[in-house]
Amino acid sequence: MNNILTVAAKEIREGLRNRWVVATTLLLAALALTLSFLGSAPTGNVGVNQLDIVIVSLSSLTIFLVPLIALLLSHDAIVGEMERGTMLLLLSYPIGRKQVIVGKFLGHIAILCFATVFGYGAAAVALVVTGTEIDAASWSSFLVMLGSSVLLGAVFIAIGYLASALVSERSTAGGIAIGIWLLFVLIYDMALLGGLVAAGGHALPAGLLDTLLLLNPTDVYRMLNLGSGGASALSGMGGIAEFAGLNALILIAALAVWTLAPLALAASVFSRREL
Amino acid sequence: MKDPTVRISGVAKRYGKVEAVKDVSFALGEGETVALVGHNGAGKTTLIKLMLGLIRPSAGEVRVLGQDPATGDFSVRQRLGYLPESVAFHMALTGRETLAFYARLKRVDVAWAFQLFDRVGLSAAAADRPVRTYSKGMRQRLGLAQALLGQPRVLLLDEPTSGLDPALRRHFYDLSGELRAAGTSILLSSHALTELEGQTDRVVIVNEGVKIADGTLDSLRSLAQLPTRISVKVANDGSAAKWTSNGARWKETGRQTLEAEVAAEDKVAVLKQVTSDPADVVALHVVEPTLDDLYAHFLDMRKAAQ
Repeated sequence: MNNILTVAAKEIREGLRNRWVVATTLLLAALALTLSFLGSAPTGNVGVNQLDIVIVSLSSLTIFLVPLIALLLSHDAIVGEMERGTMLLLLSYPIGRKQVIVGKFLGHIAILCFATVFGYGAAAVALVVTGTEIDAASWSSFLVMLGSSVLLGAVFIAIGYLASALVSERSTAGGIAIGIWLLFVLIYDMALLGGLVAAGGHALPAGLLDTLLLLNPTDVYRMLNLGSGGASALSGMGGIAEFAGLNALILIAALAVWTLAPLALAASVFSRREL
Repeated sequence: MKDPTVRISGVAKRYGKVEAVKDVSFALGEGETVALVGHNGAGKTTLIKLMLGLIRPSAGEVRVLGQDPATGDFSVRQRLGYLPESVAFHMALTGRETLAFYARLKRVDVAWAFQLFDRVGLSAAAADRPVRTYSKGMRQRLGLAQALLGQPRVLLLDEPTSGLDPALRRHFYDLSGELRAAGTSILLSSHALTELEGQTDRVVIVNEGVKIADGTLDSLRSLAQLPTRISVKVANDGSAAKWTSNGARWKETGRQTLEAEVAAEDKVAVLKQVTSDPADVVALHVVEPTLDDLYAHFLDMRKAAQ
């Protein structure tokens, strides 16, 4: 446990030192603030809870940005250290390879957590400061959004580690990371949409749609944040969400599986790898 | 040798079809300094990685402080110091942060660890700068400092002096002398052979993954029976004619300079004869076979055997 925390602390310190933390926090804050002020313009102040609008825009932003940031952080984690030679020295120390991975994971999650909470928190604070009234339900949706954004980041950090543990060159890991991002963020949903159109209005069996949605972590995230509460009406996701029989617990569990499975796989690949 | 700290017996390591190490056996005693000598790609680094447990042998057995380093208890690694070839650190961290990080992993008191900066000759100002700004020499000093964490009983140093300036190299050998006196086993791999003279108790020569020689410098010398080269600058050309006995064949290598290669047992007699009339001799050099010559000799012998 000590070793894990030592590695995590080192990752955080490195993240602070090479401006990763500052850059991602500022990026998320800038986008969140822009969205929360621009986003309120078209609706004016009629009836709709302002924070719900922010949640809808930020969730859509998260689906693009957070996986990208997570993959950028993680694809280099193993193969990069091997290439630079720091991994060789680290593994000569009394530390297990699983401890190295888990330590790095905790460190990277902490960086992402900080960026999300402070970046997106800025939007909520801005709303409060400008005197918007926000009800308790919206606050809880907002917190779910924050938490699930970090969880979505965790998924892609774990996937990035797996890519990083499998390949022998950094550039390959980088390419794979971009491919994974394109697949889950753009291509998968387009293909799914295409499939639904091709089905020509015939209803898909509910079980199939559920499975297809659970197979993409970004869709799971989307369902979780846009499928219920005030946000569902705004985003138009409510329709699918009602149709699909997935409740919040199943969705959160799906994200957890999406995190733990690649992480465990990455650890086992890395453990067997020879330096 | 009583209770070797490192023992390698019949070890082989294959990477796919490439045999990096073939049937190598040797042991490292307490307080012994052994040089692992060979070309680049001879299998030195592979052997060190095997001792660290970073890779597993395809055949044979590795024991470090009584344990298998690949599967054994991590506690062994707390008493193991390693300096990789061209050591790399996290560029964004300072030297102090780097050493503290490694000290925590080795369960070494961080305050104690910082004393090592002094020991390896890294100033306090330098320790607080990011590693990014370090010169090769400073990086090597930091590398040595981390290897010394926890007063290791076994030190594995991969090309520790490559790229260091002579002053730093001497400092390094002074340090290794202190450690040897304290009972640390030191294995250092190198291909800069001449500088190892007088620094090691034993030399292990590997080539193409095979151990081709193992012994003290003196025993290897007598095994190789390499001649000693005597070079004399004479006062006048005729004097060499007098020195014909003892089988020394003198060759003229320059103006008034003569050279002969004599076997070790004839050396004293030849020298006595040469110096019998001091007026003849302007300058005299006796060149013992260097480690380089020894190395070349053993390589040639191996080639001839194949």
